[in-house]
Amino acid sequence: MAFAGFMFYIFAAITVACAVMVVTSRNPVHSVLYLILAFFNAAGLFVLIGAEFLAMILVVVYVGAVAVLFLFVVMMLDVNFVELRKGVRNYVYIGAVIGGILFVELAMVATSWSLGPELASISLGPVVGEVHNTRSIGQVIYTDYIYLFQGAGMILLVAMVGAIVLTHRQRAGVKKQVIRDQVARSSKDEVTLVKVQPGDGA
Amino acid sequence: MEIGLSHYLSVAAILFTLGLFGIFLNRRNVIVILMSIELMLLAVNINLVAFSAFLQDLTGQIFAMFVLTVAAAEAAIGLAILVVFYRNRASIAVDDVSNMKG
Repeated sequence: MAFAGFMFYIFAAITVACAVMVVTSRNPVHSVLYLILAFFNAAGLFVLIGAEFLAMILVVVYVGAVAVLFLFVVMMLDVNFVELRKGVRNYVYIGAVIGGILFVELAMVATSWSLGPELASISLGPVVGEVHNTRSIGQVIYTDYIYLFQGAGMILLVAMVGAIVLTHRQRAGVKKQVIRDQVARSSKDEVTLVKVQPGDGA
Repeated sequence: MEIGLSHYLSVAAILFTLGLFGIFLNRRNVIVILMSIELMLLAVNINLVAFSAFLQDLTGQIFAMFVLTVAAAEAAIGLAILVVFYRNRASIAVDDVSNMKG
């Protein structure tokens, strides 16, 4: 148990430190890399708490897809990031004030809440003992939450189509293979045999 | 020392605050704003999973999975809009976006 507590502090400290670096780093590429590290450590927190499936999903989806997407965009767009950093100091104070207010509010909520007595009776998906995390999630998500699950799939489909439609562009003057034209050609139309007299040249 | 629910809630609160702070700090850079939003969604997910684990109720983890789905879709669409905007304006400064209004 002591080891788990130790690991919690390690993971939590690295996650928070990485989050600080994400928002303060000068180079957005570094920001993305710190974001990846933050997600890895958050996945560690999830493993500690017993949500292994979500931890793996977090690594696969965020580190494998979203962070790489960010990395692509940051490196592909030739943006002058130094220009964008101008005037950051003006925003530090307002950001600190609003962030501080929010944090105090969250701390007040976190220290004063309590669980209702009727909570155990309204539990929607109680964890059954001896069934590991992935299996129990699978047992719930394909039965009770099947419509929501399909809806999540539709959201992803719409996002994919939307992203393709937004970024796809037709360029003028690009040569493309037209198989119909190639098949329709015949050697009679395209090749001429020329009788060349010796000494005359073509 | 026993790690309780409040420890996880504290980490999530700090992460959420940092995400909000990042939005203000990098007000002109859309990419970092999107990353800050991802941080805030991660904080929400930590809250959901922590409650799910400590209340022995799987619903929180299911919900966190849906949050993850929507976050991935949002990042894809957001970055696509960003790429289109950059193509048109050769800049990603948020201040320039206001020329979209009529």
